Parts: sequence; structure tokens; C-alpha cells
Amino acid sequence: MELHILLIFMIFAAIVAIEVNDLLSSVVAVGAVGFALCVAFLILKAPDLAITQLVVEILCLIILIRATIKRDLPLVIEGRWVFNTFVTIIFIVVFLFLSYFVFKELPAFGQPIMRVANLYLNEGVLKTGSVNLVTSVILDFRAYDTLGEATVLFASIIGLMAVLRSPGRKGKGKV
Amino acid sequence: MVNNKAGMTLIVKTITRLTVGLIMLFGIYIVFHGHLSPGGGFAGGVIVALSFVHLMLVFGKDFAMAKISRNLASNLESVGALMFLFVALLGFLGGSFFHNVIAKGKPFDLFSSGTIILSNISIGLKVGVGLFAIFLALVVLEMAKKE
Repeated sequence: MELHILLIFMIFAAIVAIEVNDLLSSVVAVGAVGFALCVAFLILKAPDLAITQLVVEILCLIILIRATIKRDLPLVIEGRWVFNTFVTIIFIVVFLFLSYFVFKELPAFGQPIMRVANLYLNEGVLKTGSVNLVTSVILDFRAYDTLGEATVLFASIIGLMAVLRSPGRKGKGKV
Repeated sequence: MVNNKAGMTLIVKTITRLTVGLIMLFGIYIVFHGHLSPGGGFAGGVIVALSFVHLMLVFGKDFAMAKISRNLASNLESVGALMFLFVALLGFLGGSFFHNVIAKGKPFDLFSSGTIILSNISIGLKVGVGLFAIFLALVVLEMAKKE
């Protein structure tokens, strides 16, 4: 149920990102899609992907916003410093309070839970027929990830060849 | 066959002529044995690409471009990507995306593990030719800058 709400929200945000006229609003809408995807990964019980998605999304969002805004944003330091300091301290306290509970739940160092990994190690050869377990994970259990990686490589090569194509080939005949 | 003016000296050319085939063969070996030993499509593809880069550094741009041109490189890369996608779609015969439908065979055999070896070959083709295409694009850019 939550997943469907998230998916509808993501589709809506993606349509907004395409249709809106302002470039900055479009970037913010794309960021909303990314954060919703992060929550969707959490609901689907893939916290590792959620963390990756969160980090990459924040980085991409900052770069995109920096690229869209031409003028420098003014850095305001005078005025309201009491309020700013107060809010900062409250956020730090909340963060530390929550991270206390999170760190209590973590498995001890050097003793991973191995719930999924045990399955891969014990049944990998039987299920895939591949003796190299790394290959059995990246090309069978998690082949979808590898497809994504291959797509990233493909897109980067296309982009590189488009940027680096021999310049002025069109105008060479004229000159 | 070899243009004496382009590229490096005779010593380097002779050694390269002997070794470049072996390097490429090693890359292909890594790709084909991806399910048996460390390595796989990505690593083997890089080694194959390096053999072409080697050829280009030693014999010059034109010799390597005669072996594999930029258009051929782009086309082969697309073929590799489509092949990987085809392997993925093949899984629908067994019910789901990337389902391993081909018979698994005996472990430790070369032709075992079903679709994994096909995926390795397609990824190797894609990565090898793609990296060479990047190198080619960079070299051509440098040449155009000098002119």
C-alpha cells in the first residue's frame, strides 16, 4: 500500500519535472523522485541500496542545483543567530538521540548477520552451476544490478563519444 | 604491412607483434572462464581493450584503425549491450527476468552455468570494444587539436 502511494507520488513528481517551466523547480522535482525511490528501497527491505541512493541523490541534487543557479547565493550570517544556533543544536541532539538507538541495533564488529550471504554461499553452486561464487552473484542472483552497471557504462561511452567527436567535421568541407 | 614511419622503433614493434596476440588471448580466456576462476566479463574486456590500445600505441593510429574502426567499435559495443539484454529477456522463458533457463551442466566444466557464460561474453564484448572506442575518441580529439 505504502509502495503504491510512493510510486504514484514518484510518477507525479516526474511529470512535474518534465512539465514545469522553471529549471530549478524541475531539478527539485527530480530530487523528490530520488528521495521517494530511497524510501521505496527501504520498504522493499534493501537498506544498502537505500543508503547508496540517498548519498548519490544528495550529491547529484547539489551539483544540479549548483549548475542551474547562475548567480551566487548570498551567505547571510548576521541577524537571527540565536534562532539559527538553537535550531542547529536541537537537530544535533535529535540526531545523536536517534543514532543511539540505531547503533544499539547494529551487529557486533566482525560478526555480520549473513542471512542472505549464507544462502548464496551454500546454494550458489547448486542453483547457478557457476563455481565462481562472485560471478554467480553478479550475473545470476543480482544480474539486474549488472544490467544497470552495463547501462551506465553504455551511456557514459555514448556521452563521451558525443562530446569528443572530431570537432568541426561539418565545417571541414566548407573551409 | 607495417608502416615504418608511424609508431615506435623496430624493437618495440617486433616484440609487440609477438605478444599482442597472447594478451588478447588471455583477455578472451578470462572472459570465457568467468564462472570458473576470478575475472569475468568486465576484467577480460578491459584486457582485450588493452591489447588494441597496445597495438595503437606501437604501430600508430592508422594501423589500429584499419583493424577496428570507430564505427565498427560503436556497432560492436551496441551488439554487446543488446546481447546482454537478450540474455536477460531469455529468462522470461523460465518465468522471470534473468532466469537461468539453459541447462546448468556439471560444475567445473567450461560450458556450465547456463546463461552466465553468455552474459560474460556479451559484457566482455561490450566493455572491451567500448573502452577501445573511448581511447580512440580521445586520440582523435588530440589529433584534431594539433591540426
